[in-house]
Amino acid sequence: MPLSYNFAYLDEQSKKMIRRSILKAIAIPGFQVPFGGREMPLPYGWGTGGIQLTAAVIGPDDRLKVIDQGSDDTVNAISIKAFFKKTAGIETTEDTERATIIQTRHRIPETPLQNGQIMVFQVPIPEPLQFIEPKKSQTVKMHGFEEYGSMHVKLYEDIAKFGRIATAFDYPVQVHQRYIMSPSPIPKYDNPKLHRSPAVHLFGAGREKRIYAVPPYTDVVSLDFEDYPFELEKWDGACAVCGSTDSFLDEIITDDTGTRMFICSDTEYCQKKSGNTFS
Amino acid sequence: MYVAVKGGEKAVKNSQRLVAQKRRGDTRLQKISMDQITNQLGLGVDRIMAEGSLYDITAAAMAIHQAQGDMMEAVFLVRAFRTTLKRFGNSIPVQTTKMTAIRRVSGIFKDIPGGQILGPTYDYTHRLIAPDPDQGPDAGSDRHMETDTAPPNHAAACEDISPLPEELPRVIDLLQAQGLLQQDDIRPPGDAAEDLTRQPLAFPVSRSLRLQALARGDEGFILGTAYSLQRGFGLDRHPFLGELKVGYVAVRYTPPELGFDIHVGRMKLTECVMVNRQDDAARKAAGFETGYGLVFGQNERKAMSMSLLDRSLAAEKNTGKTDYPARDPEFILSHCDNVESSGFVQHLKLPHYVDFQSELVFIRNRRKDHTPDKGNR
Repeated sequence: MPLSYNFAYLDEQSKKMIRRSILKAIAIPGFQVPFGGREMPLPYGWGTGGIQLTAAVIGPDDRLKVIDQGSDDTVNAISIKAFFKKTAGIETTEDTERATIIQTRHRIPETPLQNGQIMVFQVPIPEPLQFIEPKKSQTVKMHGFEEYGSMHVKLYEDIAKFGRIATAFDYPVQVHQRYIMSPSPIPKYDNPKLHRSPAVHLFGAGREKRIYAVPPYTDVVSLDFEDYPFELEKWDGACAVCGSTDSFLDEIITDDTGTRMFICSDTEYCQKKSGNTFS
Repeated sequence: MYVAVKGGEKAVKNSQRLVAQKRRGDTRLQKISMDQITNQLGLGVDRIMAEGSLYDITAAAMAIHQAQGDMMEAVFLVRAFRTTLKRFGNSIPVQTTKMTAIRRVSGIFKDIPGGQILGPTYDYTHRLIAPDPDQGPDAGSDRHMETDTAPPNHAAACEDISPLPEELPRVIDLLQAQGLLQQDDIRPPGDAAEDLTRQPLAFPVSRSLRLQALARGDEGFILGTAYSLQRGFGLDRHPFLGELKVGYVAVRYTPPELGFDIHVGRMKLTECVMVNRQDDAARKAAGFETGYGLVFGQNERKAMSMSLLDRSLAAEKNTGKTDYPARDPEFILSHCDNVESSGFVQHLKLPHYVDFQSELVFIRNRRKDHTPDKGNR
């Protein structure tokens, strides 16, 4: 059995195919481009879409940062970083500002992104209309005809039932005044970071075999109503470690009696704020 | 205080070390060899090759061993190896009528040209767990054992049965000759064949992609959904087994630089054709429709289930009906792959702290809205 693999695992033909899909995705912001998703050595649901995107765009000079739930050191982030260290021999970093490619699951870093950086999102369900209409054959048409009434009805029903829009993460956005897009399961707190972001944002869904993108400086608007505007999560306190009041906070249970504290979900941001240096 | 989010690297290393220990088990026992797996767990190897969609006995055996016998994990290992292999061309479609059959049965005609061959099957065994199944009156002697690594020469390997015919005509040709078969497009697509592993599924789906998806689909899912058809969730009458055949076929390939075809190897396949009565008033003549199944290795329940689904999924095009799951191509084909489904179900083990936090914030805010001092009930 041959045991040698190409740079960044995928063969060059597969990478070309993925790059062509990326170009198409960038040309039609928010549109889901079907692509010949490959089977990867990590399981579906572990970020195979993101890994394929990273494998297709990464070069020997790139510095890769991988986060999961905002943290650089969760097991899946470690495992994906190790995968690219092994197959591409590239440098990895935890520093958001130094990274050229940031692969993420469920968060966008708190540190503002810059032009030239590539964000790669792992997407479980690329279709924002999936839970309104499970059939792909239908949703393709709905996007084609810009038939988004049912999505607005769903949001309206939330308001009628709960007095507010009940979607807390994977909150749907409209890209460049055209396609409704799933921002992947990031908390809606992160949605505004996509709006006119200087970085390019690539979204990869491995199991569903779809790629989509938000090019730099593109309008990304979270769906809402004039009288019920889009609102962000708010916390009463600040981060217990760095004192930040402007970042997404995770709740940590600290003892058996249920004592809680709140700390930044973005561990790199938190360390920087609290003055810790990188190990 | 960072215990909750730090320490991933060490944990992963330790976990992998533990897996290796568990896999090896008690070191006083001998390690299983790959030959033992290919020889003594052959049907397992067949299943891994089918769902891994790679005809590579060694890779399948290694995967079974590495996965500690977890068949879906083994399928996954084979798929992740297969995906890196280079494609150099398409073979000439295999001729299953020229198959060296080790088994062939039909449920619709007693006498079929070429005859029925019972061959190796568990169908008529008594399922009694025996201390050593290779001993006793029912067991064959060792010299009759055939292995995949050395494909059988039937004249020598099965000396107590008559030699098998070189060519076995298809049973459904008998129905075809009488004009009783609904014509399906069964021309092999040849070089124009679509490839499910290079392109995403799009609906409506062609028959060749449908068959590819079913052939590599999870045996349990394919079986269960085919069973639902038989129980009335999509079929209103009894289907029949036209022909079920297991045997070896030659694979031939024409390298462009040579210009003539060469024999590149042999494959064990299971082929099945199911026959259903068709007499919808809306359509022309009453007759029979067929469904087709073809699977790597010997796997009869998979090939039979596949042919039931092939037929029921074709029905949507004719009738527009997707009233039952097993008649809905999108439902069946999007959910039959076990590498996909196993991955997505199990990804729930990954942390979802951020998403759950968002839900918590939502719930708490919502409760605040409903406190009496705000005027809500």
